Amino acid sequence: MSVAALARPTMRARISGPLLSGVDFLRLLAKRPLGLVGLVGVVFFMVLAFIVPIFVPYQDAVDVTAIYQPPSMAHPLGTDSSGRDVWNQIIHGGRDILIVGFVAGFFSTLIAVSFGSLAAVAGGKVDSLISGAADFWLTIPQIPIIVVLGSILKFNSIFVIAALLALLAWAGLLRQVRAQVLSLKERDYIEAARSLDLGLFHIIFKEILPNMRSYIVIHFILAMTAAIYGVAGLTLLGLIPLSGQNWGLMLNYAYVRGALFFKDSLWYILSPVLAIALFQLSLVWLASALEDIFNPRLRSSG
Amino acid sequence: MPSKREVAQVPRLEADQVLSVRGLSIAYATRRGPVQAVRDVSFDLRRGETLAIIGESGSGKTTLAVSLIRLSPRTARITKGNILYRKDDDTIDVASLEDSDLREFRWSECAMVFQAALNSFNPVISIWEQFLDTARAHGMTDAKQVRARSGELLGLVNLDPERVLRAYPHELSGGMKQRVLIALSLLLKPQIIILDEPTTALDILTQRSIIDLLRKLREQLGFSMIFISHDLSLAAELADRVLTMYAGTVVERASVKDLFYRPRHPYSMGLLRAVPRVSGALGSVVSIAGSPPDLIHLPQGCTYNPRCPFVIDECKVREPDLLAVDMPQHDARCIRWKHVAELVGKEEAVVSEKLAAVP
Amino acid sequence: MTVSGDITVRGKPLIELVGVTRAFKTPGGMIKAVDGVSLALGQSEAMCLVGESGCGKTTTGRLLAGLLRPTSGQLLYEGKDVWTTKGEELARFRRSVQLVHQDPYASLNPIRTVYQTLSAPLFRHKKAKGRRAAIGAATELLQRVGLTPPADFLVKYPHQLSGGQRQRVSIARALSVDPRVIVADEAVSMVDVSIRISLLNLLLALRDEFRVTIVLITHDLAVARYFARRGRIGVMYLGRVVELGTSELVVGDPAHPYSAALVAAIPEADPTLTRSKERVELRSAEVPSLLRLPSGCTFHPRCPLFEEGLCDVQVPELLAIPDGREVACHVAARERAPAAELLGVR
Repeated sequence: MSVAALARPTMRARISGPLLSGVDFLRLLAKRPLGLVGLVGVVFFMVLAFIVPIFVPYQDAVDVTAIYQPPSMAHPLGTDSSGRDVWNQIIHGGRDILIVGFVAGFFSTLIAVSFGSLAAVAGGKVDSLISGAADFWLTIPQIPIIVVLGSILKFNSIFVIAALLALLAWAGLLRQVRAQVLSLKERDYIEAARSLDLGLFHIIFKEILPNMRSYIVIHFILAMTAAIYGVAGLTLLGLIPLSGQNWGLMLNYAYVRGALFFKDSLWYILSPVLAIALFQLSLVWLASALEDIFNPRLRSSG
Repeated sequence: MPSKREVAQVPRLEADQVLSVRGLSIAYATRRGPVQAVRDVSFDLRRGETLAIIGESGSGKTTLAVSLIRLSPRTARITKGNILYRKDDDTIDVASLEDSDLREFRWSECAMVFQAALNSFNPVISIWEQFLDTARAHGMTDAKQVRARSGELLGLVNLDPERVLRAYPHELSGGMKQRVLIALSLLLKPQIIILDEPTTALDILTQRSIIDLLRKLREQLGFSMIFISHDLSLAAELADRVLTMYAGTVVERASVKDLFYRPRHPYSMGLLRAVPRVSGALGSVVSIAGSPPDLIHLPQGCTYNPRCPFVIDECKVREPDLLAVDMPQHDARCIRWKHVAELVGKEEAVVSEKLAAVP
Repeated sequence: MTVSGDITVRGKPLIELVGVTRAFKTPGGMIKAVDGVSLALGQSEAMCLVGESGCGKTTTGRLLAGLLRPTSGQLLYEGKDVWTTKGEELARFRRSVQLVHQDPYASLNPIRTVYQTLSAPLFRHKKAKGRRAAIGAATELLQRVGLTPPADFLVKYPHQLSGGQRQRVSIARALSVDPRVIVADEAVSMVDVSIRISLLNLLLALRDEFRVTIVLITHDLAVARYFARRGRIGVMYLGRVVELGTSELVVGDPAHPYSAALVAAIPEADPTLTRSKERVELRSAEVPSLLRLPSGCTFHPRCPLFEEGLCDVQVPELLAIPDGREVACHVAARERAPAAELLGVR
């Protein structure tokens, strides 16, 4: 291949492209059944929560003759305390939860990664400041804070909730990122980058962080699961005055309206629980397979 | 001990032969399919003899050495061949030994000295405990006996038993650790000792002391020694016979003087020319062109052909057998060995000097 | 001016360590990894620092590259004290002295292609604008270090290259900023024996064609002898330079008893020679700990030429002797130079 040929735009991927192409990735995933199932599960729930509601309208009609009915052809998951179709509620109940999970996970990962790597690379006073802040934050009890904030602020937006949950999760992740970056910082190629005067920005974003790509992706997924548990749990406990439709609210109603004490309402309780649990399980299986795939020792050498 | 049936099927070794490896092939299972790390290796070891196995990356020497006492990882399998070992009057095939027989064989018949630099010690137990563990694992349970024997062995390797037995591995220098590993290998008076890169990563003066120590021990105790290394000078110091390995197979088998002064394989010749000297004329020092072999994509024909200065078309067709050359007990896996012989001649002089005029 | 072989350090040295000491704090106390070392290097020089582990050669290399700050003493580059300069001048020094690491498996970022590794400094220091120019410049660098055809190598990741090839890429990366000095820290020690010479030849070619000063740090005397055959060798022991001179002198006729012991101890790839080689017997095999250095000459407890009252009392300075080299040994200096000709401390 000639040098001129290399300069063509089509060669860009080969000359500075990602280590793993999309096709390779799917092939590697195919060898790990749990991961594949996880991926399918994640996609399934995302479609269910975001796309299906477009086509299936929300059924708000109350039908007191059909309270807590068992599953049937008309109602695959039965009905709730007001006779509404549970399956319909599951379809419409995922969106808020998943958005909160994604946004909270995203922000906590973003804060943790940028400040964690900055602390590790800059060292000195910057490091002491950031690590100190993280350590302090880790000592704060989370649920009481949310309860207090819940009584002060107005949680009318899922994004506010997401931001809050992100704020609570960044500290632990930051410490881990910092530790990881500290160890990468000692590598010879980083020392070379320094003596070549490539600059702090380049070292963090082009040399160190790409080496942690898998680490970051996996932590993002786990941060998502934590945030989802967070919002579901808090909604269930009624600590977040959320309106609208979501799986957490279903659990809250179940608790508040005494559904826990009837055997007929079993499906009403189980449905959101299963939805959340299955989605979380898919995420975790996917993360576990990703960790395996991204491990360079398992990758074939050229 | 193996049953009578097994003994009957295994060819007998002569009285002075202690080990005979015949057609040994070892394959690793990898993600990309099986890799032949060792292919069709054969050699003999006599009583009291020292054999050096010389090779670089991809040569298969470590896989081979570790397989001789069956300590290979689970992914490696002996696919063909025998490892014949002569114990008293019987001959056993180590390649087919199982479990308890294998444990009896290991350490009491054949022991291995690992590279001290490579975490060969359990870091959280003392050297004494290491001796005791090893002794117990191989049937020596009397602690007093073990204590006496370890003291004796540590003295033999010029270490102070009181001080060393109490110490932890991190408290010892590289040279001391290597000596302890040698002492450990002699615990059960084996007939054969295998050493893996015994002087790599050691300082010059420490290297010298280890080499002198091995010589002394060999004289005193009379064991046979196999050591694997990439360091030719180590072979020049200690070996009686040398094997050079390339891409998993033996490319030359000769006495030490034959190999150093009269090599017949282009790789051996290239290797000798590529090593700079401390004494004497600088001669012609030249690296071997190309890169180490990729065991997954071996070239067609002779595996050395991409790097060989004497390559002809016939070399790319089929891998040659080990052919006897113009000297006794000397074989080379090369169809052009006569050409090498012409260049190198028969004198007792260093190859790089002899070839100083050759480009 | 110091005469050593056919390399002359004219006028001001390019880079110089002046009485440099570097101390480290350890659990046992302070140790001086490098103690009062002075070394001057001119342009286009080949210098080799040799010694066993703990002698301070790696620390000296890193001091030269500006990666470590001297505890006392100065690092002069083009006559100026590096550690007092700032900003652009300091940045210029950093680029001018590059380090090539020992471990080919750790010296390149595993997730970046050869192109990415080489183009980063090219872009950063404006040696190429745009991808086409960068590809061209990177190609040239690869050709300089003997990796051909360059286009094949640009797209490769480190794990697709052999150890020797990776070292060449490291050297190419160092060259991308037009350095004046390259410090190769055991750069051939982890590479296959059969290709070490070609890497050494590459470094020597860089010196000849591009007037780059190369400092090779190694524990292998044979490598040192080959590399410095038109240059100098410095033998180090416990943080000090004990002998400094041309390769022929230091290896062929070592003046310092420690150098002599090293040369005698090395095994050689020649059975008859190596089995009949005469060794130098040392009085003790124990290497003193840097925490408890012997008084006077630190080599005295082991030295076969030990003279009581002299060697254990006075620290020998690195003195020049008539054949052009310097040696730090009272007895050797006396034997090899009548008193009138001792040239004194540099």
